[in-house]
Amino acid sequence: MIRRMSAVAVGAVLVGSLAACGGGGSSDASDDDSITMGFAQVGAESGWRTANTKSIKDTAKQEGVTLKFSDAQQKQENQIKAIRSYIQQKVDVIAFSPVVETGWDTVLQEAKRAKIPVILTDRSVDSDDTSLYETFLGSDFVLEGEKAGDWLVENADEADTDKNGAVKVVQLEGTTGAAPAIDRAEGFKEKISADPRIEITASQTGDFTRDGGKKVMESFLKSQPDIDVVYAHNDDMGLGAIEAIEAAGKTPGTDIKIITVDAVKDGMTALAAGKINFIVECNPLLGPQLMDLAKKVVNGEDVPERVVTEETTFDQEQAKAALPDRQY
Amino acid sequence: MRDLPRHRLFWPVLALTLLLVVNVVATPSFVQVRMQDGHLYGSLVDILRNGAPVLLVALGMTLVIATRGIDLSVGAIAAIAGAVACVHIAGSGDPGSAGTAITAIALALAVCVLLGLWNGFLVSVLGIQPIIATLVLMTAGRGLAMLVTGGQITTVNNSFFKAVGTGYVFTLPVAILLSLGVLAVTALVTRRTALGMLVEAVGINPEASRLAGVRSRTILWTVYVFSAFCAGLAGLMIAANTSAADANNAGLWIELDAILAVVIGGTSLAGGRFSLTGTLVGALFIATLATTVPTIGIPSETNYLFKAVVVIAVCLLQSPKARAAVWRRGRRRPSTVKAGRA
Repeated sequence: MIRRMSAVAVGAVLVGSLAACGGGGSSDASDDDSITMGFAQVGAESGWRTANTKSIKDTAKQEGVTLKFSDAQQKQENQIKAIRSYIQQKVDVIAFSPVVETGWDTVLQEAKRAKIPVILTDRSVDSDDTSLYETFLGSDFVLEGEKAGDWLVENADEADTDKNGAVKVVQLEGTTGAAPAIDRAEGFKEKISADPRIEITASQTGDFTRDGGKKVMESFLKSQPDIDVVYAHNDDMGLGAIEAIEAAGKTPGTDIKIITVDAVKDGMTALAAGKINFIVECNPLLGPQLMDLAKKVVNGEDVPERVVTEETTFDQEQAKAALPDRQY
Repeated sequence: MRDLPRHRLFWPVLALTLLLVVNVVATPSFVQVRMQDGHLYGSLVDILRNGAPVLLVALGMTLVIATRGIDLSVGAIAAIAGAVACVHIAGSGDPGSAGTAITAIALALAVCVLLGLWNGFLVSVLGIQPIIATLVLMTAGRGLAMLVTGGQITTVNNSFFKAVGTGYVFTLPVAILLSLGVLAVTALVTRRTALGMLVEAVGINPEASRLAGVRSRTILWTVYVFSAFCAGLAGLMIAANTSAADANNAGLWIELDAILAVVIGGTSLAGGRFSLTGTLVGALFIATLATTVPTIGIPSETNYLFKAVVVIAVCLLQSPKARAAVWRRGRRRPSTVKAGRA
């Protein structure tokens, strides 16, 4: 009995080493189904993040990728621990959304020495050594701001709701200092400069929350005359602004046009109901693109250093069509 | 008239008035209040409505501080209240009915009272320092709220529940009426009975008051439960204001706003005497300050700096030593000039 078991064990080791040789020898030989990915998620801090996690888990299952998933609860040390354990487990590829930008060099060096490719998702790391990771998959926040600005320039005539020849925009900023807040403001400002009628008359942070958006909008409605457009850096602040506008006896979407970024379900519902006019998508469903990149990286194919998430924009009609299958 | 500056509410009221004047100068229509859809509408109404949760939390905090304690967990408790109510409404069979809303509100407040009992138990029975005891819930509470909502922002559609935050009765916001109601009841109970004096006694010297026959433990326990109850009601207002429970952000830092309101109102953190009217003025000051930032157009990058400068100025105004120093310098300067000429 013991002899038989040891024979099986030796056989298994032999097969394993042969397979390893095969995998190393020619990349075509490695079957797509056999990829093991270690993914270190930030946490579950928002609806966006939850959708992001679900997308990655679901796609991994569909594509037959073995996924080892860990939730860092927004702590860097947890993420570093998770990455180290993935290195020890010799996964084929490591993917993670860094909690913070800095402090990753050591652990990424370890991964590099173990010859395990690393893919960054959603957020980037701040390191001089770009050889530490293969690629960064995430949204381009400046581009999101530009899309919002482009829409406003194209629809400037309609957006001038009081027909006084000036399009007065109030901006609800995200958390001060956060990359999405800075970049979305920058991209928007850049594009609206094309039309001298469009002007940002007031801008204040609403901290990416509904409550913050509502309170700031309440003040703007009283201190800023003739507001035509609200540009909110995320849906939640836009939803708060809608409440403030309604309380002022005006019709959101008609008397005051609203542009937001994100396209989460509540925002899309408001867009379909005509209370928001335009939403730029910030897509959390990175799963399919991530698995695609992972396969390419494991097969040794070249991947671009920066991959922008596939994102679209929605107007009211598109929202009505997209809403029934909105996952998040 | 000469005694007016010596009244302990003189400086907070002066600060509030000055802040309002700044707003009126920046936006002359600031004081305008008009009727809109059958209720009052204007910046002043906003200040009252948005100040209501801070006022409520600060009321509970006033009594806790009067016992020489502090309650850091109120923000987390507010988040839990909103989460419990919204999740109950969203999960019930009839999410739009008034009955569901009332059950949800009762359930949320019951949970908050339980949390208050826990805080009170740690402080009064186990004798843990209040700042540490309430720190437990401050950090763990948001986790509880996240657990209740499953990490999502739970949106509800219930007009009765929404009214708690945005509704109007007799043209006035329900939120401020509720807060003022709680203020009136608190004032009545603490000032028309011996309870207020007993709270102050416990704050000045718990051991001495126990020996004098005051039930220190029961009183301590009660103020923490009351504080949690107020925080829960505030949390319901915050959630109702946007018809959504945001476990991460609802009531974030409200404990600090409340402590500031209490301190601006003239209640000492060293315990003992407390002033409910002072807390009202302090809460209105905080709410006005929050409205001032967007009204006069302070850029986002500097709005915390602006708030800090204003708060420091108010604290200096309230300090007799700082006032005396400024007063002396102001008086000395003309005399030194004279001396120079001579």
